[in-house]
Amino acid sequence: MTTPAQHNSYEPHATGRLLESMAAWLLAIFWLLPLIYALWTAFHPAEFSTRFDLLAPLTLNNFAQAWNAAPFARYFVNTFLLVTLILVCQTVLCTLAAYAFARFEFAGRNIAFALVLVQLMIMPDVLIVENYRTMTLIGLVDSIPAIALPYMASAFGIFLLRQTFKTVPKELDDAARVEGAGPLQVLWRVYVPLAKPIYLAFALVSVSYHWNNFLWPLIVTDSVEARPLTVGLQVFSSTDQGIDWSVICAATLMTSAPLIVGFLLFQRQFVQSFTRAGIR
Amino acid sequence: MRTPGRRWRVTLHGWLMVLPAMALLALFTHWPALATLIDSFWSTRRPRRPPVFVGLDNYRSMLADPVFWKSIVNNLWFALGTIPLSMGLALLMAIWVNDRIAGRAIVRMAYFTPTVLPMIAVANIWLFFYTPQIGLLEQVLAKFGAPAHNWLGTPDTALACVIVVAIWKEAGFFMIFYLAALQQIPPTLAEAAALEGSSRWTFFRRVQFPLLMPTTLFVLINAVINAFRTVDHIVVMTRGGPDNATTLLLYYIYEVGFKFWDTTYAAALTMVLLGLLAAVALVQYLLLERRIHYR
Repeated sequence: MTTPAQHNSYEPHATGRLLESMAAWLLAIFWLLPLIYALWTAFHPAEFSTRFDLLAPLTLNNFAQAWNAAPFARYFVNTFLLVTLILVCQTVLCTLAAYAFARFEFAGRNIAFALVLVQLMIMPDVLIVENYRTMTLIGLVDSIPAIALPYMASAFGIFLLRQTFKTVPKELDDAARVEGAGPLQVLWRVYVPLAKPIYLAFALVSVSYHWNNFLWPLIVTDSVEARPLTVGLQVFSSTDQGIDWSVICAATLMTSAPLIVGFLLFQRQFVQSFTRAGIR
Repeated sequence: MRTPGRRWRVTLHGWLMVLPAMALLALFTHWPALATLIDSFWSTRRPRRPPVFVGLDNYRSMLADPVFWKSIVNNLWFALGTIPLSMGLALLMAIWVNDRIAGRAIVRMAYFTPTVLPMIAVANIWLFFYTPQIGLLEQVLAKFGAPAHNWLGTPDTALACVIVVAIWKEAGFFMIFYLAALQQIPPTLAEAAALEGSSRWTFFRRVQFPLLMPTTLFVLINAVINAFRTVDHIVVMTRGGPDNATTLLLYYIYEVGFKFWDTTYAAALTMVLLGLLAAVALVQYLLLERRIHYR
């Protein structure tokens, strides 16, 4: 009668378990169906895109056609530059701010922190009209920095890191200071190494968010040189030149491929990171 | 003598470290929010017509604008359609994946994958799924002898189609929070309840569900915010149509601001969205306050 400790006594047995497994699998298949459908269409010639024949010939032609029909290589570079720029700036800015909020009792700290938290509710995503005006004013419209700037200071990142830094024992901080380390050295040698899992979590969330972000880049970019993948994909698939669905599906999968592959390889880290970042 | 000097130095260091982030927040969050309010009282700059102060005119025309009301009603239906269903499904998925069902790693992956995809890729895939005649949905329905239907092209069904897409994208995301919370519940509770002879449903209703309340609250707040700030799928799938049947508030702001270039009217519309988000923040704050008092 001994059950492994971590399992719930209400876990179904025998028939119950079978039924539950079947239901879970049914939902999983239903959940994957649109994706499988897209895969089918992308890897088969156009005439099979709506006909299901297990013997239909496989092809990479759709991918080649999509790749040649639009400057996807450039879009990939743009998106890569964009997410890197955002992640680097966010990491540096949020680390500094979070450290100050966690360990420096400076005058005006509470007001400043409240002002930071405002961004959790009023995200740059909804301030498109005024931010576009600002970008026009400083002459950055249609550039990668213009997409990145509103997101560089992340209230979410500051909050997340502040919570983490607060759990670092004060004694470690004091010990480093006794050895004569300045505030930035303490931050770099004591706090940052201890927060590594949180940095990973934040990085995964940030990269997947900005890889996928669409509305603001759509508004603020206007040329191949600045457009990220999401906007490039939209421009490509909405042109009325009669591109067939197989090519659009191929392009769609191609643009999401790095994230999907990354997710499949590092599934555990992804799920843990999203959870960690969410629950704080 | 030393203490005031040290305090001053701490304040200086603190502000120096906070300053870069604060400056960017001021420039791209605080100022635009304030500027939205100011601009909403002015008329839009046109060639040879400088902006003039119009007081509440933008708000008056907003109240008389049927598309604005349509977008509010659509957004409320969208929220009402996506939130309970995606949260319910997320909880169900989490409970299933938490048990030792066969191949649960694969099942969990299947549920979570849509979360990783860009919304616009998701919208493209579903656009094809809904396509009249050749789309998978129409093909399957045709097999059962259902009459042909243009799912995204008919005002009656377009919003529902968009809701399904949002649920598909979000449920797996919410699942992981429920899963993490379920794993935190000590197994001794289940053993105790089983000894008492309570049914699984009773155990869920009286033990698991109450313990999941903080997670439910967190997920709910996120779901509400998402319902008002995500319009990528609208841009790809329907462009607000047919006949504004799928125009959500943020999409209408985008249209007014960047297609009709009426920026001050767009500012007035943005104020409504900011008001909604502020209301969500207030509710969250009050609920969290109460939870702390109860402890």
